[in-house]
Amino acid sequence: MSQPIGAVLVAGGGIAGIQAALDLANSGYKVFLVEQQAAIGGVMAMLDKTFPTNDCAMCIMSPKLVEVGRHANIDILTLTDIESIDGVKGDFKVNLRRRPRYVDLEKCIACGLCAAKCPKKVDDRFNQGLIQRKAAYVLYPQAVPLKYALDAEQCIFLRKGKCGVCAKVCPAGAIRLHEREIRQTLRVGAVILSPGYRAYNPAGLDYFSYGAHPDVMTSLEFERILSASGPYGGHLMRPSDRRAPKRIAWLQCVGSRDQNHCGNFYCSAVCCMYAIKQAVIAKEHSEHPLECTIFYMDMRTHGKGFEDCFNEARDKHGVRFMRHRVQAVRPEKESGRLALRHLGESGKVQTEHFDIVILSVGLETSPELRQWGQGLGVELSPGGFARIDDFNPTATSRDGIYVCGAFAGPKDIPQSVIEAGSAALCAGADLVAGRHTLTVRAATPSERDTRGEPPRVGVFICHCGINIGGVVDVPGVRDYAGTLPNVVYVADNMYSCSQDTQNTISAKIEEHRLNRIVVAACSPKTHEPLFQETLAAAGLNKYLLEFVNIRNQDSWVHMNEPERATAKAKDLVRMAVAKVLRLSPLSEELLTIAPAAMVVGGGVSGMAAALALSRQGYPAEIVERDSALGGQARHLHQTAKGDAIEARLGQLIAQVQADPRIRVHLNARLTKVEGFVGNFKSTVAVGATETVIDHGVAVIASGAQESLPSEYLFGRDERVITGLELDQRMKRGDRRLARLRTAVFIQCVGSREPERPYCSRVCCAHSIVAALHLKELNPEMAVFVLYREIRTYGEREALYRRAREKGVIFIRYERERKPRVSATPEALEIGVVDHALRRPLTIPADLLILASAIVPYRDEQLAQFFKVPMNADGFFVEAHVKLNPCAFATDGVFLCGLAHYPKPIDESIAQAQAAASAATVLLAQRTIRTSGTTARVDLRVCSGCGVCVSLCPYKAPSLKTQGPLAGKAEINPVLCKGCGLCVASCRSGALQLQGFDDGQIMGMIEAA
Amino acid sequence: MEWEPKIVAFFCNWCTYGAADLAGVSRLQYPPNIRVVRLPCSGRISPKFILAALRNGADGIWVSGCHPGDCHYIEGNFYARRKFELINNLLAFMGLEPGRLHFSWISSAESTKFAATAQKVTDAVRALGPAKRMVKVPVFESIPV
Repeated sequence: MSQPIGAVLVAGGGIAGIQAALDLANSGYKVFLVEQQAAIGGVMAMLDKTFPTNDCAMCIMSPKLVEVGRHANIDILTLTDIESIDGVKGDFKVNLRRRPRYVDLEKCIACGLCAAKCPKKVDDRFNQGLIQRKAAYVLYPQAVPLKYALDAEQCIFLRKGKCGVCAKVCPAGAIRLHEREIRQTLRVGAVILSPGYRAYNPAGLDYFSYGAHPDVMTSLEFERILSASGPYGGHLMRPSDRRAPKRIAWLQCVGSRDQNHCGNFYCSAVCCMYAIKQAVIAKEHSEHPLECTIFYMDMRTHGKGFEDCFNEARDKHGVRFMRHRVQAVRPEKESGRLALRHLGESGKVQTEHFDIVILSVGLETSPELRQWGQGLGVELSPGGFARIDDFNPTATSRDGIYVCGAFAGPKDIPQSVIEAGSAALCAGADLVAGRHTLTVRAATPSERDTRGEPPRVGVFICHCGINIGGVVDVPGVRDYAGTLPNVVYVADNMYSCSQDTQNTISAKIEEHRLNRIVVAACSPKTHEPLFQETLAAAGLNKYLLEFVNIRNQDSWVHMNEPERATAKAKDLVRMAVAKVLRLSPLSEELLTIAPAAMVVGGGVSGMAAALALSRQGYPAEIVERDSALGGQARHLHQTAKGDAIEARLGQLIAQVQADPRIRVHLNARLTKVEGFVGNFKSTVAVGATETVIDHGVAVIASGAQESLPSEYLFGRDERVITGLELDQRMKRGDRRLARLRTAVFIQCVGSREPERPYCSRVCCAHSIVAALHLKELNPEMAVFVLYREIRTYGEREALYRRAREKGVIFIRYERERKPRVSATPEALEIGVVDHALRRPLTIPADLLILASAIVPYRDEQLAQFFKVPMNADGFFVEAHVKLNPCAFATDGVFLCGLAHYPKPIDESIAQAQAAASAATVLLAQRTIRTSGTTARVDLRVCSGCGVCVSLCPYKAPSLKTQGPLAGKAEINPVLCKGCGLCVASCRSGALQLQGFDDGQIMGMIEAA
Repeated sequence: MEWEPKIVAFFCNWCTYGAADLAGVSRLQYPPNIRVVRLPCSGRISPKFILAALRNGADGIWVSGCHPGDCHYIEGNFYARRKFELINNLLAFMGLEPGRLHFSWISSAESTKFAATAQKVTDAVRALGPAKRMVKVPVFESIPV
């Protein structure tokens, strides 16, 4: 094959697609992000909060949206469908149909006049039809691209040829009423599919009265109701009469685990957690006591932090959990409430009344999407998701096409983000020879030395169309700015962020020898980087800029008081000029990155991470404590999909050993780690031999282990074994297994206990796979699984179903009433109370298998070495639960596998590849720049008290140990994050935060 | 023109400043009496900023950061909280009327809370009238001519 095309097409702009696009674009590939809707964001943009931390979805997502939106190497193609893909890996031709937006993306300034004047109201699908929007619309307020579109199905002009009001009112002349659909073919080296899912539509389930009564709604509709930017502004109301509800019910497994009504046999994996989240948030939103009840089959809280969330919802927030089957929901005319009939395990039918009934709808692939996927040559699983392999968890059946997110099976946001990283890594690895061939790198001109120049301030005031200019007297503010000291140039611009104004600013900096710039416009949070780039392009240090927010924090919030808004704008500009006069150029540290990785741990995760890095062209050193590679997988028999692990593991180990870029250190331990991102220096000891490794990044894949139970006669009777021991026997082909008359599994041994509250995630599927294997060996064998909750999430649900079909008997027990085990020479006797018959039962068993917990190693030293945190359970804590699940907050250190949380092999490999992808993003930069906004010590004043050293969470300050200034503080600008905590706490006033120093802030205060 | 209180506000960049931005996006309306100084973290706020603002004639001060536990810089707001407690006590001891100095924790999602707090702070300061206790008056103005 000739050189592959260094571009990747990502199909679907939800959170998975966004993450994949960013990983690829930031590691040297051109990305086309194709989205069917008018803006990217997907379902996550619709969510109010995210479990288990109840973070605001939009707040955590919007920085990613902005980054994608302004990325020089990502082209966003909205309103675009993929029709077909020709070609092969390295050289695909993707045929696109680009539907018209009817709005010129270049010209639209998102002022909203078209929508304001548009006469056609339509159901707002983003808000689940709970309110209306106009036919000229923007998908949601934070949409990227923030450009309006005309709804082709609804627009009066487009349907009837009359109207066109939008074109008349648009101040930018952006409306293109005669735009046509176009076909386009893109050439890319790889494709990532991330089209997402659709929520199950419960309209067919008439016994729930969905569609018949507005207060019966889907969980996604309720999510919009909870959202502050939703139809009710975040006020909790029931749609029928806009009154506050007093009782809300959630019905789980609507459209999931239900072969009869909807055909979706699988578990949607996210509904239990989102119902818990919604119940807790609803209670918080409610002004009066709100009763929340969740009706469920099994509570599946198998993720990191999920079980805690479940326990808190029940114990602290008083959410009621009912393991009851709901038979019907009927509206009652008289009371205006919803009567809900439910059936308990005892067989008793009860009726209760609720104000809102929420159907926790599952995730599914629409028939159109299935057809589309198959049309692209992607094989599907029984559930209608892209079929993937446990050891290659994001590769589809078509070479060079990868998949991530809910199209590869129902999953939550972190798992989608992990798969996005994995898919990006695989796609990038296919195209290494084409890296940096299609990307652009902005050239930065040399910086002008402004030292010694008297301040010459240029002030640019933005009208932002009518957003600012319609309220604030912009020319008045401009003239006022001209009277301020050292201001030598003032201007007002219609759109300061537009490319032409950016060019003007550059020209004026040149022409008037400006050396300080004030921009009064929207928010620095969204636009400061843009103007900083403009300054840099004009040869001015980018820190010589002060941004004044006169839109979000002035014209938009004081719309009815134009005079006072103008006065406020003048004050804010005066404060900014006072600050900008005191700014000085700041330097960023440029660090060269050592292009190598160290991987701590040689299990499946560690090996997958090392191989992934090697495929990207980076050498990796594996440090393994044991005498062999393979980790826990050496003890495992089969994956949930039925793959024999031993053979696959053997291949993986052989691949690692054959890889010239990977070096393995067995029986090794880390004795010392120095340095920081880009330049770590670690010492590895094997016996008495020490090796020093220079590496730019580190991947922690240090694993976890099976706990050894202390209960159920384990260790005292040889007929009691752990799940891993059974796997070993199966692997050995132990003939005694087939002769067993009765085998019993006990689940949750050591998990979900007060002293170890988390769920070990893998044991349910693992035991059921083993139970099925036993049944295969001997169909006459009686196999029992004693469980508390069966958590076969996703398509693993099929295993649970098959096990029941094959006659495996499942008996539920309560934590308060555990099974009792006693031994006689003939058999083990296992006593349990049957949950269905409510009668005690004694099972004589030949073998008892304990599904014991997965416990982390609690490697405090490793945590210390890399300054990474560990949670109460002993697992490492990622940078962000949702959006950064395989990196640490410490730059340059990444995380995967069991050290993060218990997970099966496919998820471990995906996370390893995602960690490698995040590491590749860093390594591909070759150098990194730190921020110039860092603390600095005035050594003349420092008394060496060490307060800064003790305060800083990043360990940036230290006391000098050598030289004439020993004992005084110094700041490592590479570690400093620029928060200013040490500065505000310095007793001597020796510390200053550059860009926010005391003089600058005092200047602003005095000018206020 | 009628007297209007001047309130100097110190917001952390990540939470409260974000909430103020979102209040704008949501077009929530609140009184235009607030002059914002944006800082990276509430942990950057030195008590002397508050004293300086009061000395300079601010009628009220509003300091707001991330919710405890949500600090972008891990724990800056915990230290800020301790400092605020001290400066609050000190200013009360010095005779500053309660109601001139406000602290709040507002996340970047809480635009409604932001607007409501802006209203509440402004109302409280307005009710107290112009600040006089700590305002520095230039010497030549205090000497009768």
